[in-house]
Amino acid sequence: MDLFEYQARDIFEKHGVPVLAASVATTADEAGKAATTIGGKVVVKAQVKVGSRGKAGGVKLAENPQDAREKAGAILGMDIKGHTVRTVMIAAAAPIESEYYLAILLDRSNRTFLVMASVSGGMDIEEVAHTAPEKLAKIPVSAVDGISLAKAKEIVAAAQFPADVADQVADVLLKLWDVFQGEDATLVEVNPLVKTKDGKVIALDGKVTLDDNADFRQPDHEALVDQAAENPLEAAAKEKGLNYVKLEGQVGIIGNGAGLVMSTLDVVAYAGEKHGGVRPANFLDIGGGASAQIMADGLSIILGDKDVKSVFVNVFGGITACDAVANGIVQALELLGPKATKPIVVRLDGNNVVEGRAILAKAAHPLVEQADTMDGAANRAAELAAK
Amino acid sequence: MSIFINDASKVIVQGMTGSEGTKHTRRMLASGTKVVGGVTPGKGGQVVDIDGHQLPVFNTVAEAMSATGANVSVVFVPPKFAKAAVIDAIDATMPLVVVITEGIPVHDSASFYTYAQTKGTTQIIGPNCPGLISPGKSNVGIIPADITGSGPIGLVSKSGTLTYQMMYELRDIGFSTAVGIGGDPVIGTTHIDCLRAFQDDPETTAIVMIGEIGGDAEERAAAFIAEYVTKPVVGYVAGFTAPEGKTMGHAGAIVSGSSGTAQGKKDALEAAGVKVGQTPSETARLLRAIMGR
Repeated sequence: MDLFEYQARDIFEKHGVPVLAASVATTADEAGKAATTIGGKVVVKAQVKVGSRGKAGGVKLAENPQDAREKAGAILGMDIKGHTVRTVMIAAAAPIESEYYLAILLDRSNRTFLVMASVSGGMDIEEVAHTAPEKLAKIPVSAVDGISLAKAKEIVAAAQFPADVADQVADVLLKLWDVFQGEDATLVEVNPLVKTKDGKVIALDGKVTLDDNADFRQPDHEALVDQAAENPLEAAAKEKGLNYVKLEGQVGIIGNGAGLVMSTLDVVAYAGEKHGGVRPANFLDIGGGASAQIMADGLSIILGDKDVKSVFVNVFGGITACDAVANGIVQALELLGPKATKPIVVRLDGNNVVEGRAILAKAAHPLVEQADTMDGAANRAAELAAK
Repeated sequence: MSIFINDASKVIVQGMTGSEGTKHTRRMLASGTKVVGGVTPGKGGQVVDIDGHQLPVFNTVAEAMSATGANVSVVFVPPKFAKAAVIDAIDATMPLVVVITEGIPVHDSASFYTYAQTKGTTQIIGPNCPGLISPGKSNVGIIPADITGSGPIGLVSKSGTLTYQMMYELRDIGFSTAVGIGGDPVIGTTHIDCLRAFQDDPETTAIVMIGEIGGDAEERAAAFIAEYVTKPVVGYVAGFTAPEGKTMGHAGAIVSGSSGTAQGKKDALEAAGVKVGQTPSETARLLRAIMGR
């Protein structure tokens, strides 16, 4: 899960990373009040989970509370790269002398953690990495040892931070490691980390990505979910414990196993090329145990998607037995009753396939038809969706 | 021959007394795997009867190894306790640890992977994987043993069900070993490790490699194939239709910006001379054409 800047800021503050006074507002009035409380000049910043908001006009300096109120009024409701601004952060303005860059992240390629640090902060770090790689220090961090004071000093030296901020940057690194490890983050980025005119090092903007797998030991993280931005179908699926991703398409997909479902989407998209560009409508992995209830939950989410014109159920019975899946489909259709309205193409293979296909054949539900192969079923489902 | 496991492999099950552990111990035994015991901290000294097999339970992997001579451990421990279980196995210098558990925080898997590398005595497969099977010899994990028998194909895959699908497509030819390496961002055994082992395994004459979106493991594997692998390799990549920034089921299956795309992986594999199928069935047909089967 990616966090908003203000959420990252709050987590930084919790772990002792130096940040500026700030608060959030969802209306212009709130923004004006926040600016009054903070006092002096403030920055009004759109809270969206995309880059380059400054260029899009989502970050404005305000001279006083009235100005903050007006700027917030203009920014709230803006569309930035498809993201609607629902919240602004009002932060104290800082007199900046230098801008730096610091990040701790999971380095998948090398199966370790990595610190990236640069004294050329503030701009797009990918561009720095591309045009002037010598300005971006990359230092591996052991997942066992983490960042000690000695390691932090090594990083500060490698990135050639000026002597007058070296100790402060090393301290920030230790605290960012505390964020990274303590919050089960996969990315903690500060851009820019600034030196103010009075010589203080402050994290001015932050990006944090959290590992959803760690939710069981991070009870506070649930409150960070941006419910307003969640697709309603995805939210409903999540509530049922289903692994569902909404896509733009017409063929609803249910399958077992993440790899097989991803593959099913692709195969449907290929087949769809011959049927007027029909596309898969979703990713839905029902996992190992395809009980009637799981199948019914999955089908009802998919049939709740108004774009869906046909459904493709693609199951390879590994541990799951095809007869159990077939019974699940039959019972799910009974549970759904008249709510089931779209044709369903089912492809079963693997464990107990003969029994499974026989159960569906015997039930002879008018909406259900079977196909022998995955490619054939995809073609038929695309054809039905194109009608 | 086969890779990583064979008919002499002696397997212990970490988490054998849990419901998943018991269920899959039963299945592994039924397929002829030499399961010799289990590990559950606090339950040492118990004996569990699974379909007539009297399996001793130990508190630690070290105790289990010294009592049974086990050389493979398979981990069914829930995410919360998985790191401690794997560390226990590494400390015992268990040669091969297969981590089936899904949902382990990546800080934990990065930590036990790094720890294993430092010690240098344990190979980890997974986490979030179906395990591996050398049909007719040993089956460590949850791959169904009855899809196909032994044969000359080596298979390496990030996905469980695509492994089963591909084994099914090529069931008349059979497999030396099929390895599910897992769909997490940090895994212990990579495509490259398996490709190297298959290249060096005299029984394997052709290789199927299945990848998916996220990371750059397939691109690295492509470079390795060009450099090291002389046996024919066919490939399949899942996730062409996956949108940017969305996790597709597997924790590691995510396209970030322009990196980790299926197209990028397919292009890299094809540039290395690997034929890549558009669907699993087409991939199987490509392999058949190469093998003349």
